[in-house]
Amino acid sequence: MPKPPPPLWLLAEVTHSCPLQCPYCSNPLDLIPKKDELDTENWLRVLHEARQIGAAQLGFSGGEPLVRKDLEVLIGASRKLGFYSNLITSGIGMDAERVERFRALGLDHIQVSFQADDAVLNDYLAGTNSFQHKLDMARAVKANGYPMVLCFVIHRQNIGQVRQMLDLAAELQADYVELATAQYEGWALLNRDHLLPTQAQVREAERIAHDYQAKLKGKMRIYYVVPDYYENRPKPCVGGWGRVFLAVAPDGLALPCHSARGLPGLELHNVRERSIEWIWNESPGFNHFRGEGWMKEPCRTCDEREKDFGGCHCQAFKLTGDPTNADPTCAKSPHHHLVEKAIDTSELGLVPAKPMVFRQRNKRLEVKG
Amino acid sequence: MPDLDAKPALAPGYRFQWEPVQGCHVLLYPEGMVQLNETAAAILSFCDGQRNILRVIADLENEYAAEGLREDVLSFLAEAVERGWVRYA
Repeated sequence: MPKPPPPLWLLAEVTHSCPLQCPYCSNPLDLIPKKDELDTENWLRVLHEARQIGAAQLGFSGGEPLVRKDLEVLIGASRKLGFYSNLITSGIGMDAERVERFRALGLDHIQVSFQADDAVLNDYLAGTNSFQHKLDMARAVKANGYPMVLCFVIHRQNIGQVRQMLDLAAELQADYVELATAQYEGWALLNRDHLLPTQAQVREAERIAHDYQAKLKGKMRIYYVVPDYYENRPKPCVGGWGRVFLAVAPDGLALPCHSARGLPGLELHNVRERSIEWIWNESPGFNHFRGEGWMKEPCRTCDEREKDFGGCHCQAFKLTGDPTNADPTCAKSPHHHLVEKAIDTSELGLVPAKPMVFRQRNKRLEVKG
Repeated sequence: MPDLDAKPALAPGYRFQWEPVQGCHVLLYPEGMVQLNETAAAILSFCDGQRNILRVIADLENEYAAEGLREDVLSFLAEAVERGWVRYA
């Protein structure tokens, strides 16, 4: 097999700890406990090794990365290594002073997430009183010369307020707004019946987003991507397995996709044992879905296979039990009815049998079938 | 058509750098990256917010011992502004 292209994106999931309890969290239900997290020295080595083989974009994510007391050390090192570093945060765990410190250390970008445009819904979904602080942090980010990048994770509980979210963003003078679709992994998958919007809601949100894109052209950039469940074609998940994206989980497991832990037949390695270079270029896990050898029908003969690479293997596994199946969000998949059924449940407005489960703080959830 | 006295600069949050592994200059921005061809990289390297457009053209022509770069520079800058890479100081 020819040498793979360099990873361009390193996602450093520095912790699973988070002060929020969002039910749409895509972290695994089995959260990595703090005692199993990589230490500073190992993270510094990961950054160095990933940069050496070409990673240029770096995301500090989690959990809430601000929980890590050594975040400043990692940010400073990233800048020296030449990374463009992105902090993906709820804003909880920093104040104006810490934002300023990050700036001085060379952090390039801070994305602040909101759960909604108003305090009541925001704080309900987050499970904490955090709305006011988020507003303050969004302003502090801008005051420090950063572009203001806001992220709203969209799902049924808040999709009716897309217009208000965009109004809030405009009022805050945001430079970028991402209306991100909940990724139905981990906690979000557990709560899918509470979160999946209806087709009509998705199209209405799309219409509003396009309307604002036109209205605010040149002032505020708005990203809205229609969720894959409604598109009849899968997304090229993580830009294709082992092609651009490398995630390192809090415990050091290197992942081709941040949800790939536990895929059957997948042999993953930990950065404590192996170098990033070996993991990216040689490891069986990263080579597992490279190329087309793994493909079955309908992917194998599909004329779109170079466009979406068969979609998301994690989603294929979670919904069909086999990660080598086509992503069932694809209308060509023999399992597409599973996605249609989930949408139907949302269309019918059925009250889900189980209550929405908020992410547990710093503890694992016993998952019963 | 921009004022030739306007001074192009990278937009806030954008970084321009050489990537040895990719063997090209890139433009990095929040959660994104574009690989630049040599012409684009040469023009962007002069967009420092200090030089006006006329000066960028003159300095490029001087640096590369070339003439008639004006149209190339203007069309690149128009696109770079449209994409949000460049702003006028």
